[in-house]
Amino acid sequence: MSDKNNTSDVGRETRPNGLAFHSGWMNTLGRFLALLLVFAFFAVLVDGGKFYTVRNLENIIRQSAVYATAGLGMTMVIITGGIDLSVGSIIALSVVVVACVLDLSAGGVGDAHYLINQWPVLLPILAVLAGVAAATLAGMANGSMIVGLRLVPFIVTLGSMGMVRGLAKGIADERDIYPPEDTWISSIMDPTLTSADRSWMVLPPGVWLLLVGVAAAWFLLRYTRLGRHIYAVGSNEETARLCGVRVGRTKMVVYAMTGFFCGLAGLMQFSYIGGVGQPTTAVMYELFIIAAVIIGGASFSGGEGSILGTLIGALIITILYMGGQQMGWPKWVQEMVIGGIIIAAVTLDQVRHRKMV
Amino acid sequence: MADDTRSENNDSLALRLEMRGVRKRFGATHALVGVDLAVKPGEVMALVGENGAGKSTLMKVLSGAHPADAGSMRLDGEPYVPCNPLHARQCGVAMIYQELSLAPHLSVMENILLGVEPTRGMLLNRKAMRERALAAQQEVGMGHVSPDIKVSSLSPGQQQLVEIARAVTLECRVLVLDEPTSSLTRHDIENLFALVQRLKAQGLSIVYISHFLEEVREISDRFTVLRDGETVGGGITADTTTHEIITMMVGREVDDLYPRSARSPGDVVLEVNELGGERLPVSASLCLRRGEILGMAGLIGAGRTELMRAVFGLDGVREGNVKVGIYSGIADPARRWKQGVGMVSEDRKNEGLAGGLSVADNVTLSHLRGLGPWRFVLPSRQRKACHRWLRQIPIKCQSPAQPVNALSGGNQQKVAVARLLHADVDVLLLDEPTRGVDVGSKAQIYELIDDLARGDPDIGRPPKAILMISSYLPELLGVCDRIAVMCRGRLGEARQVDEWDDHRLMIAATGHDRLAIAGDGVLSDV
Repeated sequence: MSDKNNTSDVGRETRPNGLAFHSGWMNTLGRFLALLLVFAFFAVLVDGGKFYTVRNLENIIRQSAVYATAGLGMTMVIITGGIDLSVGSIIALSVVVVACVLDLSAGGVGDAHYLINQWPVLLPILAVLAGVAAATLAGMANGSMIVGLRLVPFIVTLGSMGMVRGLAKGIADERDIYPPEDTWISSIMDPTLTSADRSWMVLPPGVWLLLVGVAAAWFLLRYTRLGRHIYAVGSNEETARLCGVRVGRTKMVVYAMTGFFCGLAGLMQFSYIGGVGQPTTAVMYELFIIAAVIIGGASFSGGEGSILGTLIGALIITILYMGGQQMGWPKWVQEMVIGGIIIAAVTLDQVRHRKMV
Repeated sequence: MADDTRSENNDSLALRLEMRGVRKRFGATHALVGVDLAVKPGEVMALVGENGAGKSTLMKVLSGAHPADAGSMRLDGEPYVPCNPLHARQCGVAMIYQELSLAPHLSVMENILLGVEPTRGMLLNRKAMRERALAAQQEVGMGHVSPDIKVSSLSPGQQQLVEIARAVTLECRVLVLDEPTSSLTRHDIENLFALVQRLKAQGLSIVYISHFLEEVREISDRFTVLRDGETVGGGITADTTTHEIITMMVGREVDDLYPRSARSPGDVVLEVNELGGERLPVSASLCLRRGEILGMAGLIGAGRTELMRAVFGLDGVREGNVKVGIYSGIADPARRWKQGVGMVSEDRKNEGLAGGLSVADNVTLSHLRGLGPWRFVLPSRQRKACHRWLRQIPIKCQSPAQPVNALSGGNQQKVAVARLLHADVDVLLLDEPTRGVDVGSKAQIYELIDDLARGDPDIGRPPKAILMISSYLPELLGVCDRIAVMCRGRLGEARQVDEWDDHRLMIAATGHDRLAIAGDGVLSDV
């Protein structure tokens, strides 16, 4: 797809067909190889084969699930040519709301309390719904500001990053919430393969949830009108508008979905950090999540990105992070490495684009 | 009398698209001052006119991008008032612009059916999508291309077909093609023409906008000429000679506001050999002497600005070379300034001047040496240096400290030229030096250019060499010593100005050279 082909019309009719069809899979394959490479790097360097024990592999998957789940929404946002910096804060909001609802069983009076005592099954369900709903609402707020006020996504979500974090702290009264009893929510991310009585699940429920989300998001992007419109908006917004795509509504839905997926990620985070409603959790996650999406092949200029790529990106980020930890790298080195990787990924993306155009 | 009105009514009933007395004003500029256009079903109507005649404004009104200030539009006899481009499309008026509007990341079929995707419940009906896309593709003659290919991997010609296919699936009634052949190969152009003929046979009305009269002759049934925002004529293409069309397009006299003192061309200071840019120009050679003004004529998009930018080192060079005086080799703007070459950009606002900065800053920007001890720049010295030019040129402003965007267009342009004088360049590259400038300032700029080319032995200023681009033909004919015409990226031979006139320039710019060479001053159609 270089310049030279543009002049000859005859040759290109058959050739790009094959190229274009395979290029998506080739890209994913390339990223998969990168993933293997990064894994192999730490597998060799970390002493005593500790890096590829079942326990460690499971930890990698558990940790990356949070990034990947939030990354599903972020992928769509970035495909539309936008960005969402508030994802870390939305995850924290979801964590805090879940903990708060679970905390209701601790005390209080009134009908609600009576109901909770009568039907203890209801409480965790209510907590999940509330957490996800709060996160979705936060996402919708982002979307409506971007569409309604015609502001740049970067600015809106930069602002809401602070606002949502503040809201989470306010709900939690600036301290960690410890719900009185452990419910099934706290254990959705607990190890399975390494615990005898849970090994029948193979993967933690939270990771299964992620896989369902991956399938749904992949399907949505590929097989629905909305999915095509998401790509069209990012590829050429004016054209999309001209062709009757409701650009505003598409963006709105995309940010709301990001909120929704961050809500799910919040459930996982809640369990991962041990069933605590910590308002200061998931700080800097926006960095990791955006990095995962970009490493996964999405382009900041919009129109490109894939769910499978994001999944691989999340794994790469997690392996770098955990591998660095196990190598005994200080935290500042890890942070610098991940920052550097983002710049490298974007550079690579640009080089690839220059070749295409 | 009564019969006349009846027949006119009948006529207008049979019209697909009718525009009457359409006017449009932007601020103080009257872009359209009364345009009439009528297109019948199954007809190709060519819309021709010089740069700036109002064609693009007219299309924007037709596509609903801008509302008309006055006048009426009818589509198949019904009043047609598009509120935005989407509404216009839904009414059946589709535009194919020079700049294609496709989503490059999406596939052919996704682009064709963007916004009208067939669905089954919530899901895309990919089978129906493929069938409909293929049907549309077959109609536009690209049935052999897979509907799954990404649009960005297609050639410009095929991308254009995708856009036309999109219009076809919408069952449009009027298809507007704006300079559709400007980026196409000869082969693609033939395909496109065949397609236009097929669509026409199906009863579609086609408005074909083009500079290239050869194409207009080949494809259109009738033509309409716009000049200065007004319909000045039209007719049946087959009954009209190219000469007549050009007369309608140009239709004005050369004013007598161009001073021309005796100039004596000296050494060659700029030599361009077979220069090819990254995209444009395709190939250009020229040679410029001290004390000479060389003009470049051509249509917008012919590659004149690209040539100038490549010479100045702003854009990359594919092949060929540029020699400035004794220097050849790598080009970048900083080096060019040092070699004594300066450029005035056509885009004053974005490129030419730093709008928020003062007049003094703008004048001295490219040459800050000697404005203070060591490498310091003292504002007082900047202002002093600037003062000299304010008086010499003269530039009307309150003080050198005034922000340059507070000045009038003409004075801004003079500031841009003063920068070249301050840097004491030998070669001036002027791109549309009088664009957006009132008549009074224009005369002053012409005088300045003439003055520079002559040189001034009294103050020890040698003659300068000037390369100038202009789309205003009388200006080129009035100011330049020699003129070369660029057409589709190729620069023709530079000839003495008295060998040119409006007609010949227009003919060369529209790719009709053969005619000009054939007759001895008398144009005839082949």
